[in-house]
Amino acid sequence: MISIENVSKTYRTRHGQRTILDRVNLKLERGRNIGILGRNGAGKSTLIRILSGAEHPTSGRIVRGMNVSWPLAFGGAFQPHLTGLDNLKFVCRIYGVDYRPKVAFVEEFTELGVYLREPVSHYSMGMSTRLAFALSMAVEFDCFLIDETMVVGDSRFHERCHTELFVKRKDRSFILVSHDPNEIRRHCESACVLHNGKIHTFPSVDEAYAFYESATV
Amino acid sequence: MEQVSTTFLASLRVQWRVIRALLMREVITRYGRENLGVLWLIVEPATFTLGVSALWTAAGMNHGSSLPIVAFAITGYSSVLMWRNTASKCNSAIHQNFNLLYHRNVQVIDVFITRIILELAGTTASFTLLSLFFIGFDFISPPVDILQVIEGWLMLAWFGASLGMLLGAATAYSELVDRIWHPTSYLLFPLSGAAFMVEWLPPPAQEVVLMLPMVHGVEMVREGFFGDTVRTHYNTGYMALVCLCMTLIGLVLVRDAGRRVEPP
Repeated sequence: MISIENVSKTYRTRHGQRTILDRVNLKLERGRNIGILGRNGAGKSTLIRILSGAEHPTSGRIVRGMNVSWPLAFGGAFQPHLTGLDNLKFVCRIYGVDYRPKVAFVEEFTELGVYLREPVSHYSMGMSTRLAFALSMAVEFDCFLIDETMVVGDSRFHERCHTELFVKRKDRSFILVSHDPNEIRRHCESACVLHNGKIHTFPSVDEAYAFYESATV
Repeated sequence: MEQVSTTFLASLRVQWRVIRALLMREVITRYGRENLGVLWLIVEPATFTLGVSALWTAAGMNHGSSLPIVAFAITGYSSVLMWRNTASKCNSAIHQNFNLLYHRNVQVIDVFITRIILELAGTTASFTLLSLFFIGFDFISPPVDILQVIEGWLMLAWFGASLGMLLGAATAYSELVDRIWHPTSYLLFPLSGAAFMVEWLPPPAQEVVLMLPMVHGVEMVREGFFGDTVRTHYNTGYMALVCLCMTLIGLVLVRDAGRRVEPP
């Protein structure tokens, strides 16, 4: 189970305080999943970052009763001077996983070839995205945080991500954040909408979609 | 680790895991796998110490005393490296590990602990090896009181660690900290007791210089090295008190810095 209770997040800007999340509540049981719809700038990524623990809420609390991933496919969590392989070792060490059985999978999935043993700073955007995704799959989390807007790559890469995540790991929980209702309809059993810092929960994806359409026109 | 309530022991295990991973990362990124690799950790400070010893010997600066110049240089310069390197490495710690803070288990304090361990270990290793080398070749005589040397050295290590944490956390508030630290460290060097003994100064100057905590540490190390041939001035209690205060303030700042720093 993962739950966020009364979480608010404000940022200090030159024009004063800006509230991005306003007393947000959300609960997810083990093995379930939820989609979060929101326009650009609605606070989706902030919510994901707070869920992952990369950022702290201004107030409220997060209870993680399961092993929560970092935001998937995010390429920024690397040490650029280390090679892809060293980054795999680092991530595995941090999460207490043996890296050796994972090398073959990472090699196969990323298709990086010799570049797996080159510093990440020499990678293209697509290469680091592939590595980032593979690393998130190397650690077997109970709950994946997916920021759809972060995933860049061709349709083949998208398909392979979908296979890894929604086919091979369909017993896991996930929270999928997207501005594309079709993505959420395709993968999620329920949905909510993030709008003006508030979260609106709906029993079905269709109702969430209807609200999203009317609220964000 | 991801249980709803985490026991202290489990947290400790996670912390150790993270620090170990960070140590390996630091060693690889800083020293690489090529040429000397991790040996640079020792060679780097050793080169400095050797260079300074050579310069001082060549300049014939025997400071109007009969002290062996090499032993004087080694004790002095190693002591400076103890706090100066630790502080400057901690100053860049948040910036250089920014991306890694993205992982929930990697906290700002882990990054500091890692750098402090590496710097203290490197300087201690170079100090020990250099001393053994010169003692082995009869350039200097062994310390009169080894325990006293260790005590002084540990005090300097504590000072270095607390200074590193304090300044490193302060960089989360303002980048000015690092800019100001550079000139300050150069100004502190001649005052730190590395190149003089407190005894050689006129009493009013002694009082001023003894306000700096690291001077006490160097004096302790030198008393251990030279024994009764030198007259030393230090107050372990004073140095401990300053270090304790710095540690406490440092820990508070580190905790707050963890909330301020927002990874990419």
